[in-house]
Parts: sequence; structure tokens; C-alpha cells
Amino acid sequence: MSDTSIKKVLLDPIATNNPIALQILGICSALAVTTSLKLSIVMTIAVCLVTAFSSMSVSMIRNHIPSSIRIIVQMTIIASLVIVVDQLLRAFAYDLSKQLSVFVGLIITNCIVMGRAEAFAMKNGPGMSFVDGIGNGLGYGAMLIAVAFVREFLGSGSLFGVEILTTVNNGGWYQPNGLLLLPPSAFFIIGLIIWGLRAWKTEQKEPVDFKMKAHVTREAF
Amino acid sequence: MLEHYISLFVKAVFVENMALAFFLGMCTFLALSKKIDAALGLGIAVIVVLGITVPVNNLIYTSLLKDGALAWAGYPEVDLSFLGLLTYIGVIAALVQILEMVLDKYFPDLYNALGVFLPLITVNCAIMGASLFMVERDYTFGESAVYGVGAGVGWALAIVALAGIREKLKYSDVPEGLRGLGITFITVGLMSLGFMSFSGISL
Repeated sequence: MSDTSIKKVLLDPIATNNPIALQILGICSALAVTTSLKLSIVMTIAVCLVTAFSSMSVSMIRNHIPSSIRIIVQMTIIASLVIVVDQLLRAFAYDLSKQLSVFVGLIITNCIVMGRAEAFAMKNGPGMSFVDGIGNGLGYGAMLIAVAFVREFLGSGSLFGVEILTTVNNGGWYQPNGLLLLPPSAFFIIGLIIWGLRAWKTEQKEPVDFKMKAHVTREAF
Repeated sequence: MLEHYISLFVKAVFVENMALAFFLGMCTFLALSKKIDAALGLGIAVIVVLGITVPVNNLIYTSLLKDGALAWAGYPEVDLSFLGLLTYIGVIAALVQILEMVLDKYFPDLYNALGVFLPLITVNCAIMGASLFMVERDYTFGESAVYGVGAGVGWALAIVALAGIREKLKYSDVPEGLRGLGITFITVGLMSLGFMSFSGISL
């Protein structure tokens, strides 16, 4: 287990192999919480912890799970961890947990957690799985925070609830763009981020499944 | 009374569409919407599973887990609601498994049509999400059954519509980096914008 490979496992999911942009995992619970930066950061921390610890636990018992019941075993581990996170949030940050409503519970069905347990932790040691879990959690978080930054900054003129651009309602000049607080904007922003990412890392482009024939102009006679 | 149920149904299908307003079940929504028939099969499977799991989870929640629900067994002060998440996912996984066996035995045609989509539904956030919404909004048994079916119909409608658009989209000239996933996201964004026009309707 050399130093470079730990770094690779940790940092790869952030840009080269981002769980949201490339693996299409975990989009479900990602989009609804991105209206404010604070919520996204809480969500990132929660997902990071759950992914890391579930990968580690699954990896520790990977040689003892019969493959026919592995999904149920993984589910149980993940669900117990999510319950711990949910109870902690309720105890120490009740307002935030009310705002996140069902989305903390939905970490259970977040495909990132399940996907990493299945794809990485079943084949690697506990240490590496832990790092992989954190890496994927961070890759998910990077996307979440990027989207939340745009949505909160342009949508309500503030960051972390602190007003940066004074809005018209408060006697300033900035007319907030209400669309950015509504669901559709999250799709547009993620679509554009994917476009940017693929323009930068060209190997992520998808192959064309239909090619247009070149336009041919003919003389009239 | 009937009016109340109808308005709940319409609300679940259009105003609070699982996929386009709450982003639930997105993974399968984006991954399996390339062909209309596949999307239709998955949509039907989701309707069936949601229609069963939400009321079942409602029964379990009200008679076992809720604060004070165990009064009939002599434990009036026990509150098991923290076990909710674990129970719902267990119920969903078990029901999907049972449904798979029943379909395999009695409706082999439907079973073959659904194929791999049935087990995939276990990890579909829309199913889990509907159960959690049901708990959060304190639905009664009847309401939860209507809500489950409505949420399923809404999700199925959204995925079939997206599959239809994507089948046509194949022939259009999309900028290189946007091809595939990128343009799909933007399409879903536009659809979601369309569905938002329902949000002004109060029933």
C-alpha cells in the first residue's frame, strides 16, 4: 500500500472519476439540498462519514459474507450508520435536520454508498476502503458545494446565509434570480458542470450513437 | 371524502412529482431512460411496488414504531421511531423479493418484461422517499395507499416522457462535451420547468 496509491484513491473521485458527473451515482438526494451552502456542507459530511465507515465495515467482513445475502448485509450496515447520523443531527442540530427532512434518511438509498461498498470494499482491505469512501464522499461533496454556491449566491445574493449582494428588497441593487432557488436550475447547473468537466478531461466524452451525414449540395443539372 | 383522495392523488402525480420536483429515483431515472419500452416496464414496476410498500410501511409505523404505538402490548411509553429507516428498507427489500417470486410463478409474461428492473427497485430512492414522506406528513392508511399509487404514476409518467425525448434526441447534433449525460440533465431541467406550472394549482 504505497503512498501514491492512497493519494490516488482519495483524490481520483474528485475530478477524474466523479461519482455524480461520471458514474451517475447518488444524484437522487443530491439536488434537493443544494439551495443553501450550509445544508450542502452538512450533507457532504454526513455522506462522507457514512460512505467511509460502511465501506470499512463491509470490507472487514467481506470474507465472511455469503454472496447471496451480501446486499441485505450491506443494506443493514448502511442503514444502521444512517440512523446514527440522523440521531446525531436531531440531537445537536435540530433546525438543520428539520430542513434536510427526508434527505438524511435517503442516504441509505444513495447509490454512492451502496455502489462503493459493492465495487470497491468487497475487493479491498479496510484501510483502503475507508479512504475510498472518504474520497467518493468528497467528490460528491465537491459537486454539491459547487452547485449550492451558484444557487445560493445568484438565487438569494448570500453565502452561508450572510448577505453578499444586497438585494432589491433590502434597499440594494441586486435583483435575485428566483429561478435558481427552484428545482430545474439544479439540473441546468449540473449539466453545465458536466460539460465543463468533459471539455477539460476529454476522455470522459460519450461516444456518438448516431452520426449525421455530411450535407451535400448538388447542382440543379 | 372521495374528493380528498382525488386531490391527494392529483397532487402526488403532478404537483409533487417524485422525479421532477423532489429529484427522487434520479439514478435509475437517468440510467434507464434510453428506450421507451424499458422505461414503461420500469414505470409499471415502480407503481406496483410503491402502491404496496407505502401502505404496508404505514401499518407498521402506526401499529409498532410510533410513539406510544405499543400501548396495546403494555408498553405505552416506548418510542421505536428511530428504528424507522432500518424497518422501511427491510420491508421494501422483502416486498420486492416476494413480488418477484409471485410474478415469476403466476405472471411469467410480466416477470420477463420487467426482468432486471425489479431487484433494482430496492435501491430506488423514490420508494424509500415516499415512505419517509408518508411518515413526515402523518398520512392515514387510506391516504398512504392513494399517495403511494399516485407517486408511482407520477414517476412512471416522468420516465416515459424522458425516454420519448431521449429517443428523438439521439438524432440531434449536440455539442461534443454535452453529449449523453450532460444534455440529459438539461432536458430533465426543462421538463421540471414544465411541471412547475402545476405547482400553482391548489386542490
